[in-house]
Amino acid sequence: MSATVAAAEPPVETEVPPDYDDHVVRLFILASVFWALVGMGMGVFIAAQMVWPGLNFEPWGSFGRLRPVHTSGVVFAFGGNAVIGTSLYCVQRTCRARLPGRFAAEFVFWGYQLFIVLAALGYVMGVTQSREYAEPEWLTDLWLAVVWLTYLGLFVGTLLKRREAHIYVANWYYLAFIVAVTVLHVVNNLAVPLAWNESNSVSLFAGVQDAMTQWWYGHNAVGFFLTAGFLGVMYYYLPKQADAPIWSYRLSIISFWSLVFMYMWAGPHHLHYTSLPDWVQTLGMTFTIMLWMPSWASALNGFMTASGRWDRLRTDPVLRFMILAVVFYAVATFEGPFMGVRTVNGLSHYTEWTISHVHSGALGWNGFIVFGAIYYLVPRIWGRPGMYSRAALEWHFWLGLAGIMLYVTAMWGAGVMQGLMWRAYTSLGFLQYSFLDSVIAAKPYYAMRLLGGVLYLAGAVVMAWNVWRTVQEPRAATAPAAVPAE
Amino acid sequence: MATTESGPRFARLHGRFERRAIRFAMAILVVLSVGGLVEIAPLFAIENTVEKVEGMRPYTPLELAGRGVYIREGCYVCHSQQIRPFRDEVERYGPYSLAAESMYDHPFQWGSKRTGPDLARIGGRYSDDWHVRHLIEPRDVVPASIMPSYAFLLDRPLPADRIERLLRRHRTVGVPYSEEQLANARADLLAQADPEADASGLAERYPKSQQRNFDGRPGLTEMDALVAYLQMLGTLVEFDWRRPNPEWVR
Repeated sequence: MSATVAAAEPPVETEVPPDYDDHVVRLFILASVFWALVGMGMGVFIAAQMVWPGLNFEPWGSFGRLRPVHTSGVVFAFGGNAVIGTSLYCVQRTCRARLPGRFAAEFVFWGYQLFIVLAALGYVMGVTQSREYAEPEWLTDLWLAVVWLTYLGLFVGTLLKRREAHIYVANWYYLAFIVAVTVLHVVNNLAVPLAWNESNSVSLFAGVQDAMTQWWYGHNAVGFFLTAGFLGVMYYYLPKQADAPIWSYRLSIISFWSLVFMYMWAGPHHLHYTSLPDWVQTLGMTFTIMLWMPSWASALNGFMTASGRWDRLRTDPVLRFMILAVVFYAVATFEGPFMGVRTVNGLSHYTEWTISHVHSGALGWNGFIVFGAIYYLVPRIWGRPGMYSRAALEWHFWLGLAGIMLYVTAMWGAGVMQGLMWRAYTSLGFLQYSFLDSVIAAKPYYAMRLLGGVLYLAGAVVMAWNVWRTVQEPRAATAPAAVPAE
Repeated sequence: MATTESGPRFARLHGRFERRAIRFAMAILVVLSVGGLVEIAPLFAIENTVEKVEGMRPYTPLELAGRGVYIREGCYVCHSQQIRPFRDEVERYGPYSLAAESMYDHPFQWGSKRTGPDLARIGGRYSDDWHVRHLIEPRDVVPASIMPSYAFLLDRPLPADRIERLLRRHRTVGVPYSEEQLANARADLLAQADPEADASGLAERYPKSQQRNFDGRPGLTEMDALVAYLQMLGTLVEFDWRRPNPEWVR
C-alpha cells in the first residue's frame, strides 16, 4: 500500500478498539429518525394546504408560518442530526480515538435539540427573521453558535488525538461543513435586537446588500450543509458498505478543494435579473457552471468505488440506497448549473421548477444517503446482527423512490408550465393568461405532489418502525459491540 | 493502485495539510472566504450599486408596523417583491424594480417564489375594502385562490407604545429617521389610521403618505397596518408610463 492511497482508505479496524463513545451517536440517530417524521410530516401537511386551503388554521397553523417548520425540520433536524451523528461515529474510527470529554458530546446533542425546538416554536408563534433557511431570531441564533462551536471543538479535538498519520477524506468534508456553517451562520445573522428582552431584531443590512448576503448564505446552506456534510457521509459509509477503498485519492483532493472554493461564489444565481448589479450576477453564473466539475468528480468517485459490486444492488438494499443517492446527486448537480444560467433562470425562477430541483436533491441525495447510513449504523451501534426486517428495507426503498419520481416530475411539469404561461402572448400582443390562470392550472400538479410526499413519508414511517424493532430486539450474544464485522 | 511519478510528490504536498488538523481547518477557512469577500464587500463600497432615485423615503410608523405583520406571517414565502426587466413582467406588474426601492428594507423582501403574484407595486391597484375582504377570506373575492385567510388581524389591536423603539432600531442600522420623526412616531402611527386626526405633520414628515381608516372599522388593528403597507408598495417612485423607457423596450 503506497502513501498515495493511505488517506483514501478507511483505516483497518481489526485491532482492539478504543472505547468509542457510541452513546451520543445512538442519540443523534434516534433524533434524526424522529425529526424525519416531524419534518416530512409537516411537508406533507403544507402540501395538503396547497390543495385544500381550508387546512390553514389561523394564526399559528397557516402556510407562511409552517413552511419554515418543514424546511428547518428536514434540513437542520433530520439532516443535521444525521450528519453530526454519522460524523462522530466516523471520526472516532478513522482516527482510532475517543471523543474528548463525554459532557461536550452530550451538550452538543441536547443543545442542538433545544435549538430545533426553540426555532420551531418561534416560527409557529410568528418569530422570524424572514431569511430563508435562517429564520430563527437572534437569541436562538446565539444559542446555536455556542452549540456549533462546541461541536467544532469536539470534532477537531478528536482529530488532534488521532492515532493515524492521515486525516481520512470523509473528515475533510465534515470539517469543511462545520467551518463553513460557522462562517455563514454568523455573517448572515448579523442583526440588532429591538431590546435585550425582545425576541425580534432588525437586520444589519438592507436591500441589495442584504439580498446578496442572504443568498450567499442560502446557496451555501445547500453547498456546505446539504452537500459537504452529506459527502462526508458518502465518503465513509459508501466504501464501508461496498467493502472497497475510495476509487481515487487524487480526485478526492481536487474535487474537495474546488468545491470548497467555488461554492461560495454561486449565490448570485438566486438573484438573476434582479436589482443586484449585473457584474455580480455574471460572476455567480460563471462559478455555478464551473461547480459542475467538483460535483461530478465526487459522484464519479462514488460510482467507481462501488464499481465491480453492481451485482450487490440486487441483494443489498443498503448499498442500493447509497448508490441511488449518488445518482440523484449527479442529476441534481447537473440540473443546478443549468438553472443557474441566466436565460434558463428567467423561465425557472419563482416557479415550482425550483421546488422540483430542491427535492430531487433533498429527497434523492440527502434522504437516501442518510437512510443508507442509518441502516449501516443501527445494527452496529446497538450490537444487533442486522436490521429487524429485510422486507421493510425493500418497502422503504421502493416507496421512497416512487415518491421522489411523482414529486419531482409533478413540480417540474408545474414549474415549466407556470414559466411558459406567465410569458405567453396572444397573436394580438396581449398577455394570454392572468396570474390566476396559472394558479388554477397548477392545482392537479399540487395534488400529484401531495401523493408523492405521502409515499416518501410512508417509507420514512417504515424505517422508523424497523429501527425501533431493531433497537428493541434482545442483544445477540455474539454480536460485536460497535465494531463492523467485515 | 500503482503510484505514478507525480503521485508521491502530490501526496506529500497535500500531506502537509491532511496530517495537521488545525492547519487543514485554517486552509478551509481561507479558501472558502474568497468568494464571499469578492462578491459582497464591494457592494457596500461601489457607489452605483444603488442608484439615487427621487421619492424614496423611510416607512411611516404604520407602514413599518404593517411590514412587521407581513414578515411575521411569512408572506414572502409565496409573494415576491422584485419585478424583473421582462416585457411580460413589466406589463403584468409595472416598471421593473430598482435597487433604491428596497434601500430601507431591513431585511429585504424580494422573495424567491410566486405561488401568488408579485406585490412590489400592489399599492393603489385595489381598494382598501378589497384588501380587507381578501385577507378575511381570499375565496370570497377570488374563488380559485389558495391563499390562507387572515381574519384574525382584525381582532389584533396594534400596540402603539413600542413603535418608537422599532424606528430607533432601524436608525441604528442606517435608516435616516430624523429626531422629529422619532419623537412623533407614536402620534404619526395613530394619526395615519384616523381620518379625523390632524395629519399635516405626518404628510410633511412622510411625503405621499396615505391617511385613512384602512380596515374601515373602529380601533387601530394589525389589519390597518398591513393594508397601509400593501397600499404604499411601489408608490413612492414616479415612473413616466407614457414615455417608453429605452431600458425595457430594448
